[in-house]
Amino acid sequence: MNKVVANADEAIRDVFDGAVIMIGGFGLCGMPENLIRALTRKGTKNLTTISNNVGVDGVGNGLLLAAGQIVHHIGTYVGENKLLEEMVLKGTIKLDLVPQGTFSERIRAGGAGIPAFFTPTGVGTIVADGKETREFDGRTYLMERGLKADFAFVKAWKGDAQGNLVYRKTARNFNPMMATAAKVTIAEVEHLVEVGELDGDSIHTPSVYVKRIFVGELYEKRIERRTVRKHA
Amino acid sequence: MTAPGKPGKDVDKRERIVKRIARELRDGFYVNLGIGMPTLIANYVPRGIEVILQSENGMLGIGPYPVEGQEDCDLINAGKETVSEMAGTSYFSSADSFAMIRGGHIDLSVLGAMEVDESGSLANWMIPGKMVKGMGGAMDLVASARRVVVAMEHTTRDGVPKILKKCTLPLTGVKVVDTIVTEMAYIRVTKDGLVLEEVASGLTAEDVQRATEARLILSPHLKEMES
Repeated sequence: MNKVVANADEAIRDVFDGAVIMIGGFGLCGMPENLIRALTRKGTKNLTTISNNVGVDGVGNGLLLAAGQIVHHIGTYVGENKLLEEMVLKGTIKLDLVPQGTFSERIRAGGAGIPAFFTPTGVGTIVADGKETREFDGRTYLMERGLKADFAFVKAWKGDAQGNLVYRKTARNFNPMMATAAKVTIAEVEHLVEVGELDGDSIHTPSVYVKRIFVGELYEKRIERRTVRKHA
Repeated sequence: MTAPGKPGKDVDKRERIVKRIARELRDGFYVNLGIGMPTLIANYVPRGIEVILQSENGMLGIGPYPVEGQEDCDLINAGKETVSEMAGTSYFSSADSFAMIRGGHIDLSVLGAMEVDESGSLANWMIPGKMVKGMGGAMDLVASARRVVVAMEHTTRDGVPKILKKCTLPLTGVKVVDTIVTEMAYIRVTKDGLVLEEVASGLTAEDVQRATEARLILSPHLKEMES
């Protein structure tokens, strides 16, 4: 079994106008930067993106936003993106803000065949508007729905031709759940290794979830906030 | 770590707040520190106490900022700042991270607020028509951490109270705050209302009440705020 494709452009060949796409990453950390750049080149429109952030202005998902490719975004935090804030206040983009734990669990549930679940998060806030609530053991919980997508773009550190993936440090974030929740999951990796080289006990995303894999052409790996100390 | 650059007076206020909250830490606590001022609490962990810091982007055991040249774009905290590892650090997905939070495994969550009210509800994620930032992980943290402490300046820059009878902004959580710590006071949220436990040096309970819209109940043990 060989799921390797040549590059990002080939990997997204069938992404269509109006597609719903999950994009991994927490801010710029662990985002599939090559797939995002390819999607910008392709110019696909009317996209719904499901991603924690919308990059920052002009970087990551911010590129898709600036190019006017996104009509609807589902995420948790957009504070780093002035353009998005302007678009939302003007009403030129639909934005659904979801609590981060609910967001990640909705994606996990979507990939795990769970259509809905109950969470205490957001009870009594505007997040609860129009949603079913239920009491369990004396506490009120909110019903939230699983989330699925047409495509998931994920970024891993290492992967093999079968599609097994290993993430690195906090670049893991939303990538593993997103990999499970789309019809077509595309993984870009820094290192493509031989099948059998990854330790089976240490694989984070088992191959069954991944349809295509390739080595990213360019990793800028931008740091959003470089904070350092002077002395060891 | 060092404070983000804000001139003199604000730094003093912030230092007083974070030092006081650091005294709430207990050995063995797993703690989530919010973005901004709460992050600075890590600098004041009392001697002899070991706490493990959780970052909701998928890490237990946050270390200090890295030495220059050791920054790693794959190693950041929830404020997207570069950090370092500790011995025993672990990494996990965002779903696992929030299972940890929602499951009640985090002893203490400290976060900022734009408004808090006398029922312990807080608002910190949006100003309708003006600011859209998003709630990030705040709603999950306040709903499920074992103890929620708000770290904030007592009033706005214009001196308008932030501790209100009832929040006016969209809420982050309803009746979730246990303690409010400002540069003026240490306040406990109870079912009877806000109990003023400590007042900063040089101030009176009346001074604190004047800067607070909600009615404060004086604690029988009212004392000067420790730092």
